Amino acid sequence: MTKEAYGELMKQINSGKFVFTGELEPVKTTNFDEVIEGARILKNHVAAINITDNPTAFGYMNALMPSYMIQEKAGVEAVYQMTTRDRNRLALISDVLAAGALGIKNILALTGDHTTVGDTPQAKPVFDLDSATFVYMLRKIIDEGLDLNNNEIENPPKFNIGIAAAPNADPLEPELLKIQRKVELGVDFIQTQCVYSVEQAKNFLKAASYLKTPILIGIAPFKSISMMKWMVKFVPGIRVPEEIQETLHKAKKTGGKQAVYEANIEIFGEMLRGVRSTTNAAGIHAMAIGFEWIIPKIIERAGL
Amino acid sequence: MIIVQQKPLKEIFEMTKNLKKLLIVGCDGCSSVIQVGGERQANILKSLLEINRKVKGEKDPSAKAISILRQCDRQIVTTALDPIIKDYDAIVSLSCGVGVQTIADLFQSTLIIPAIDTKFLGMHDTKADKFHEMCTACGECILFETGGVCPLTRCAKSLLNGPCGGQANGRCEVGGWKNDCAWILIFNRLKERNRLDLFTKFRLPKDYRVSRHPRELSFKAENEEATEA
Repeated sequence: MTKEAYGELMKQINSGKFVFTGELEPVKTTNFDEVIEGARILKNHVAAINITDNPTAFGYMNALMPSYMIQEKAGVEAVYQMTTRDRNRLALISDVLAAGALGIKNILALTGDHTTVGDTPQAKPVFDLDSATFVYMLRKIIDEGLDLNNNEIENPPKFNIGIAAAPNADPLEPELLKIQRKVELGVDFIQTQCVYSVEQAKNFLKAASYLKTPILIGIAPFKSISMMKWMVKFVPGIRVPEEIQETLHKAKKTGGKQAVYEANIEIFGEMLRGVRSTTNAAGIHAMAIGFEWIIPKIIERAGL
Repeated sequence: MIIVQQKPLKEIFEMTKNLKKLLIVGCDGCSSVIQVGGERQANILKSLLEINRKVKGEKDPSAKAISILRQCDRQIVTTALDPIIKDYDAIVSLSCGVGVQTIADLFQSTLIIPAIDTKFLGMHDTKADKFHEMCTACGECILFETGGVCPLTRCAKSLLNGPCGGQANGRCEVGGWKNDCAWILIFNRLKERNRLDLFTKFRLPKDYRVSRHPRELSFKAENEEATEA
């Protein structure tokens, strides 16, 4: 079933085009320049760019302002990520209404990593809502123009709602049922955590096909060997095949940083081509925080 | 059961500093059952306080250790302490925060010193000799829907619609992969009982008014209360 499109991203998904989304991180700064620059690099290659909301519970600039700024200054649509970790339902509706006023078209509804994994582990975690109850709240706002207590909203905002999925979740069945709960409430698209092989993407897409919701497969090239090691060790559900790890290690040894970048382009370009040609993914969600320039090169290498 | 733990001795010594006559009161309720705050522990603490004073060359406190049935019961506390409290400068309580406050409320002119930190409502896993938090007393039990596993307590994020992406192989990333993911436990239990419909069910945002502090409860009928008032 085609969902009503409120912005460019959903329009492109609905058209059946293989879409790309990017991701930018507002970091601990009062400066918009880096985010806007990142958006400009990605602009011609993606339908929209996610702006992360205190990712892995690090206290950064809020995601709404940069979401607005990349739309205004770089002319590229934002996917405003919102977690329920730091805001109760009152604070959430405040930001949702502000997002509507600022012309945001997409919200990615997330629970958010736990405060204890971030840079301020002493913080009181909120989790008044979870990603499912947040989707429920968003649907009421969008479809009925009402808040959770059925109070009317003047000029209710319209958003396309995205959710996240963990394609390598083990066990996978509860992950799928959890997504199903949210799909039944009404979500427009799914962006996954990163996969590291066409096989991983294929398996998840097959298992999730019954949900009949457009799925953008997440990819995340490695900025460095140390980043790869960290991800393998600490990020749940990340499975990097030995082959990839070896190739990158070898590249680092023989050609240093530049060779690692080139190996990334090769590996992920190939993976992207595989996902495009052998699965029914709606597109790719590409995460390359701090080296966004690599995304266009990977897309080019994939011949897309 | 209310799970408690004795405070670091340094802290207890600091709070009791310069106090001459101390009544150390154990509790035969929860804190005694887990061997933290019963009569035996009250006596041990008394000895430790005395030794500490001796080592530091301070004057011996005149301390007495007793234990009472339940420090959370006003009647019991009154009966046990009322006749003797005037003989002491301070009470050192080995009960949970409820007991400490009951005594503080009943004897407002006596200094009360908690020797215990109240940790959580939990279960004793005797095999592993560990205590596990099981209930947050949220005021609205959903254990029927969740296979007898409380997600509000045992999920680090208290999710009503889990699991989140922070689990791997049924373990939770919060706390370094040591704890079970409550939502995977819930899934397994409900699957075993053929009730995955309860798992997939969407649970609405919780009404946190039911756990708004301070809570109170009366089993009297409303008209009874009205007559009393």
